[in-house]
Amino acid sequence: MLKITDLHASINGKEILKGIDLVVKPGEVHAIMGPNGSGKSTLSAVLTGNPAYEVTRGSVEFYGKDLLALSPEDRSHEGLFLSFQYPVEIPGVSMVNFMRTAVNEQRKYRGLEPLSATDFLKLMREKRAIVELDNKLASRSVNEGFSGGEKKRNEIFQMAMLEPRLSILDETDSGLDIDALRIVAGGVNKLKSEKNATIVITHYQRLLDYIAPDFVHVLYKGRIVKSGGPELALELEERGYDWIKKELGEI
Amino acid sequence: MKQDNPNEILSDVTVNEYKYGFVTDIETDIIPKGLSEEIIRHISQKKGEPEWLLDFRLKAYAYWKTLEMPHWAHLTIPEIDYQAISYYAAPKTKAAPKSLEEVDPELRKTFDKLGISLEEQMKLSGVAVDAVMDSVSVRTTFREKLAELGVIFCSFSEAVKDYPDLVKRYLGSVVSYRDNFFAALNSAVFSDGSFVYIPKGVRCPMELSTYFRINAANTGQFERTLIVADDDSYVSYLEGCTAPMRDENQLHAAIVEIVVHDRAEVKYSTVQNWYPGDKEGKGGIYNFVTKRGMCKGDHSKLSWTQVETGSAITWKYPSCVLAGDHSVGEFYSVAVTNNYQQADTGTKMIHIGKNTRSTIVSKGISAGRSQNSYRGLVKVLPGAENARNFTQCDSLLLSSDCGAHTFPYMDIQNDTAIVEHEATTSKINEDQIFYCNQRGIPTEDAVGLIVNGYAKEVMNKLPMEFAVEAQKLLQISLEGSVG
Repeated sequence: MLKITDLHASINGKEILKGIDLVVKPGEVHAIMGPNGSGKSTLSAVLTGNPAYEVTRGSVEFYGKDLLALSPEDRSHEGLFLSFQYPVEIPGVSMVNFMRTAVNEQRKYRGLEPLSATDFLKLMREKRAIVELDNKLASRSVNEGFSGGEKKRNEIFQMAMLEPRLSILDETDSGLDIDALRIVAGGVNKLKSEKNATIVITHYQRLLDYIAPDFVHVLYKGRIVKSGGPELALELEERGYDWIKKELGEI
Repeated sequence: MKQDNPNEILSDVTVNEYKYGFVTDIETDIIPKGLSEEIIRHISQKKGEPEWLLDFRLKAYAYWKTLEMPHWAHLTIPEIDYQAISYYAAPKTKAAPKSLEEVDPELRKTFDKLGISLEEQMKLSGVAVDAVMDSVSVRTTFREKLAELGVIFCSFSEAVKDYPDLVKRYLGSVVSYRDNFFAALNSAVFSDGSFVYIPKGVRCPMELSTYFRINAANTGQFERTLIVADDDSYVSYLEGCTAPMRDENQLHAAIVEIVVHDRAEVKYSTVQNWYPGDKEGKGGIYNFVTKRGMCKGDHSKLSWTQVETGSAITWKYPSCVLAGDHSVGEFYSVAVTNNYQQADTGTKMIHIGKNTRSTIVSKGISAGRSQNSYRGLVKVLPGAENARNFTQCDSLLLSSDCGAHTFPYMDIQNDTAIVEHEATTSKINEDQIFYCNQRGIPTEDAVGLIVNGYAKEVMNKLPMEFAVEAQKLLQISLEGSVG
């Protein structure tokens, strides 16, 4: 579904991604790990079309479409979802109103009629349960006054509402206590199917205990320097990143 | 990438043609241009006014002649030639229509285009509409039902004929013709408007609503609204305005006077979307309005809510004189300016009585190359023991070429007063827009959502039926504007 070829990207003229290659197929879970500043969040921002970043070389194909040619909203409509590391607060805009606009924009793109208020509220109730988000949160303003854990649960709730084909979870585990982590990971697992795929960006093995990856990639200085199976994550947890730097001849 | 330059996209979003630009082809009765004693006598005679009203007009005119147009506001106002304006235009109709069927079909089409068909208004919302089109009231609905309660809701001209004592007693009692340049001008030439009287102890069961609409080319519109709420009464009044597209600038200098007696409450809401001029700043309405209410009685309350998205230039300060003890004044405002619009708006809260309270919440939203100013005065007189004011004044900038300004004045003459002022200025957050984009919401709609969220505190104060309309209006007026 996703094919990234020789992707280079920069912010304010500084090159962060220096040639990424990655192929993701339906049903797969990929973990991207790496030390701070290696470009993990940049990759998610570039894939979703954050205007702050500039793609200088390479291509990204998503279900046969040139992803980079699409606007951020159309990437979303095509089924790309990002669970933000730092979800943004939008004061005065209720979650209900926000999600209804989002869902109906997606339906419009796909040539469907907007959902009626009743159907929408029903859908919201169903999906809310997946991440144990209570009704009060759902009627509050987008992320406003939410705790760290609530914000992350709210991200997964939105993922459930939009039913993406590819979800990128950007450090979804950061700032979560163990209970919240379990709820969030449980939500992600419930949404997993043969038809969709997940890219998990994380520092720690911890999250991968709950969301089992099929592939693990190490991102370092803007390149994927090592790929492997789940055992690679365990090795990183145990030994840190220095041995990889050694392999690269840096230490 | 399409989103390389968010500014470009944002500015695409705000450029939007005025939706209500069309001219209704109705025979109009216009008197010659210019302003003189003769013209004023002519207006007064055409309207069949009593001598005392003509006197009032002439005094105002004499005073106006001694004044110069004020220039203290943060506005660039082109020279206005007051002799080039026609001061009276009325659609030619035989007699006042008694039912909708008698209303000129062209007129009704105009209202239909605006989406305010009188039938709908009457049937669905239970709103009594006093539709003012080019100065003469076309149709007043629900009059009979209101009459049962003793509520008077009619055009100003009718009030002069039918309730001369009430009009005489209150006209100019809150906004004197000596108040300011535009108030003097209005007092001299006002054509029509609305009159409301709520008798003692009556809670008006429906929203009273007037749709103003300027139609004929080159006619200034000088409305005059007078609302009197007697002891223990309540009324909610909504003023909504749209004007068709014209190249020449049009002057609008209205007066709204409100008198609130003991324990009475008046809510006055305005949704204003007059033609703001085109993208280059050509044309548009000059909206120079004097609005003031007197909380005369003890425990009286007056609340102004305004959503201002239109007009090329707005000069407007709905104010409360809190004369009665324990009286309450409120001002909730959203002012949106885009392209080359200019707005200098705010309020005055004059605390005279003891234990008076006032609240000011102003949300300015500027886009394009517009200039948006808040100007407010909180005055506490020596006798106003324990006066309390809270002011919150926020500005949101949607482009880098627009301006937001705040001019708060405080004049506190009593030590027991507690006055608070909070102010913020922020630029629309690109992270918020991207967050919406990522969820599939295009930038245009994202801006609409964010701005409506920002203005929510004020929008919530609008009567339900109009809140939805106002929300759409906010979004429409900002289409193509963010940057």
